[in-house]
Formats: sequence, structure tokens, C-alpha cells
Amino acid sequence: MSETMIEVRDLDVVFDRGSPQENHVVRSVSFQAAKGETLGIVGESGCGKSTVLRCIAGLESHWSGEIHLAGRLVGKERSRDELKSAQMVFQDPYGSLHPRHRIGMALAEPHRAMGIGEGWNAVAGALTQVGLPADFANRFPHELSGGQRQRVAIARALMLSPPILLLDEPTSALDVSVQAEVLNLMCDLRDERTLTLLLVSHDLAVIGHMCDRVLVMKEGVFVDELTKDDIRFGRTHHEYSATLFEASLLGDDAPDAMARGAEAGFGS
Amino acid sequence: MTVPEHAPILTIEGLDVTFRRSTVKAVDGFNLTLGRERFGIVGESGSGKSTAGRAIMRLLPKSARIEAKEMRFGGRSLPECSEKEMRSLRGREIALIMQDPRYSLNPVLTVGNQVAEAALLHLGLKGKAGRDKAREMLSHVRIRDVDRVMDLYPHQISGGMGQRVMIAMMLLAKPRLVIADEPTSALDVSVRHEVLKLLDELVRENNSGLILISHDIRMVAAFCERIAVMYKGRIVEMLTSLSDARHPYTKGLIAAMPDPRHPVRRLSTLDRSVLEALS
Repeated sequence: MSETMIEVRDLDVVFDRGSPQENHVVRSVSFQAAKGETLGIVGESGCGKSTVLRCIAGLESHWSGEIHLAGRLVGKERSRDELKSAQMVFQDPYGSLHPRHRIGMALAEPHRAMGIGEGWNAVAGALTQVGLPADFANRFPHELSGGQRQRVAIARALMLSPPILLLDEPTSALDVSVQAEVLNLMCDLRDERTLTLLLVSHDLAVIGHMCDRVLVMKEGVFVDELTKDDIRFGRTHHEYSATLFEASLLGDDAPDAMARGAEAGFGS
Repeated sequence: MTVPEHAPILTIEGLDVTFRRSTVKAVDGFNLTLGRERFGIVGESGSGKSTAGRAIMRLLPKSARIEAKEMRFGGRSLPECSEKEMRSLRGREIALIMQDPRYSLNPVLTVGNQVAEAALLHLGLKGKAGRDKAREMLSHVRIRDVDRVMDLYPHQISGGMGQRVMIAMMLLAKPRLVIADEPTSALDVSVRHEVLKLLDELVRENNSGLILISHDIRMVAAFCERIAVMYKGRIVEMLTSLSDARHPYTKGLIAAMPDPRHPVRRLSTLDRSVLEALS
């Protein structure tokens, strides 16, 4: 069996513990992802999927349980080495880049933060590897389109060559055509570098396209696990996943007004 | 004013929209004859689909220049209407449902008061009559526990519920034309379907026309009888079924959608140089 890159055991997250607003967001979930695997988590807003991702990235501190990254047990406070093992790409490419820093500055930042030099030399290579011209380093984020910005965010996440990439709705702010370009880029990078991807999204079509295995999350727990073939043939093992299928217009009985045409009783 | 059942609700011919001194047309030669049907407009961001929708309501900023050979709604020519006439049309005869209920609802009014305000404005229902109408509309959009929700502020309700409140407000006056601009893009996949179905039902019930504007071609295809595909301000193709798509832009958009039922290693992307050469 191949190496396990992400292992989470009994991860539990409670916000405002003890207060009347106590919010049990993630309820004792466990999962693993092997090296080179793409694991998806799908669910609606508030189900806790992004929180799981943030715990793994080290951005949350209200959790209990065990998280192993690349075979190493990590705690709430991360050392520089531990931080280097997993990097995150956020949903909104507009909000995740500093508006007054040039792209080159944003890309060099991880090197400085880790104290491994200025990072300027790596900027050009990082841009070309995500399909952007190297002179974009001199631009500001507002001079880029949404898709280009998300490419920059991916380039930044890869600056420290992490073996694990955590993706939080990476394409939901993008047009379908641009989404396709960004998804292709992520596939290529994954295959080139044997990256382990953990992809969180509410879009079953995107998840199904990208992932080898998908966990369906609802109210803080995983209610279903689907393989690529399950998604392909619409097989589900839980009522909620079936609802998701139907809502994504991927089910067989998806309404098709055009097919119904005349029967709709409208028209001229 | 009564309009014969078969007459078109909206007729647009040669609609152009330009901004400031720019010569680039944001909307370029837009034609549409809309009956009591559900009509979809799809395209990428910047294709002009929302601008076209807003031009119909004359809700564009002052810097926009709207020119049209013809733009008739019912018996009226929209470009010739005064601002006062437009105000009486908006909401009462043409309703606009926007993307994000968090921004389009008034944050300092309770849900009940906002819907009652719409009832006062469009139907002249005051005080208790207005609130009763609001209650009736809210239960009509299938909000459970209406009395409790009436006293909540927009930030206290979910996105799906917020969009139902918007729909309740917009359809209260039984408008003849509903323009829904990305009505479900801010919502979860699981509630999108419900909200669309609700909108669809109410529009049929009122016998109105619906223009559904969205970037989601799959969703629009599922709900509309006709689709206009817009690219760079122009309608490049009118479709009644996605399988009839001929234009390379439409085909490109369809092919770019991930579909796990037909797995591919790489998604196809739009070849913009080819499109550039065409236009």
C-alpha cells in the first residue's frame, strides 16, 4: 500500500465551548488520504467541510483529535517544517491576495516567512509553471482576472513545494471556461509532483471530476463515501448524497424543460 | 390595460448599450420577443447578460447610453417612459430578483416589514392589511413558522430563506415580467433546486414571463424553454436544446463543464483565438 499522507483521527471541533452559542461543528471524523490521491469533501455551507480543512492547515485551534501529515503527528502550533507540509488555496482570489503587494511580492512571501532567503529567484519559475508570463511579477492583483489570480494563489501555495495541497472551493468564484483551465492546471501539477490534494467544494460535478474518492459531509459528520465510479453511475449509499445528486442536475430524472417542451403548457 | 394572451410581453429590437465615451458595445444588437415563457440568457462574466437585463428595467448608471430600435413592454415604449412611469412599472409590472439576498434585502427592516412595505407600495395595502398580505405571501413561498420569521432581520435568516423572501416581495404584485439575475448563485446546491422550482411555479401561476440570467448553462437548460447565448455583448446563438448547439462558443462552454458521468482526464477549454477570429 502506498504511503499515507494525511491521516485524521477523531477530529472534533467545538466553537464557543461552554457558552449558550456552543457550536459543535465537526463531530469526531476520521479519514486518510494516500500519496498522490485526490480526496474530496462535499457538503452544503455550514456542514463543517472548510473547518476540517482549516484544522489540517493549522488555522484553527479549537480542535481535539489527531492529525498526521506526511507521517508526522502535528499539533495546534506548527513548526516551520510542519507548516511546509501542507499549503492552502482559498476560494476567493480577490480576497486572498494583498491588494497593494505586487504579485512577485506575494509569491516571495512564503520564502521570507520561512526564513529561507528572499525568494525572488523562485518567482519567475513559479509563474511559468502555472501558465502565466514571468513579467506578471510586476503587476498588482487588480490588474489580473479572476482565473489569473487563482493561478497566482496556486503558485504561492506551491512555493515551498508542499507534498499536500488543501483546496477550499478553488473554482467557485470562476466562470466555467476558466474553471476548466484551473482544474486542468491542478491535475497537471498533481501528476507532475505526485501531490496529495484535499478538495472541498459544494459542487458535485467538480468534485466528481477531480477526486478519486469523495466524502459526503452533513452536520459535522461524514454520511457517505463515494468512489469515482459511484459518482459516474450515480450510486449513493445515503439519502443525503442522493439529494445532492439530484440538486446538481446530474441525476437521471433531472428536469429538462426543453425536452418537455410542448407539455410545459407555455410558449406561444 | 389588457393584453391579448398571445401577444408578446416584451419586444426588443436592436438594443445597444455603451458606457461613457467608450465605443465598445456592452450589449450589441440584442433582439428578443418574449411571450409567457421562461427564457434563459447565458454567457460568461462580462458577456453583457446582466447589462441587457438591467437595460430593460432602465436600472443602469447614468453613464450608460441605451439605444434601441424598439423596446416595448405591454403597450409602452420603455425608452420613452419618464422616470416616474418607470418607477411605477418597476416592482409592479417588471420585477428583478438579484443574486445575493444578503445585499438586496434592507438590513435594518424585519422581514415582515419589508414585505409589507412592498404591499403598501404596489397594492396600497396599509397597516394590518399589508402585514396580512405579507404573511400570506411568505407562507406562499413555503416559509414555515411565518409568524416567527416575520420578526427576524435579514442577517438572522439563511440565504435560501432570504431568497424566498425576495421572491415573495417581488411576486406579490403579480408582475407580468420577472427578471431573475443569477437568483441561485449565492445559494447552496441543495437549496438552489427548491428556490428555482418555487420561482418557476409562481411565475406559471401568475402567467408571467421569466428571464433567467445565469452563467450556469446546465441549470438554465433545465428550466427554460429557450436560451440565448451571449458572447461579447451579442447573442451568438438561440437554442431550444443544448444538443442543438452549433456555435463554437456554446460548444466550448458545454464542453468545459465537468461531468463525472463521462470522465475525462483533462477538461476542454475555450480556444479564444478561434472565437476572436469569428467575431
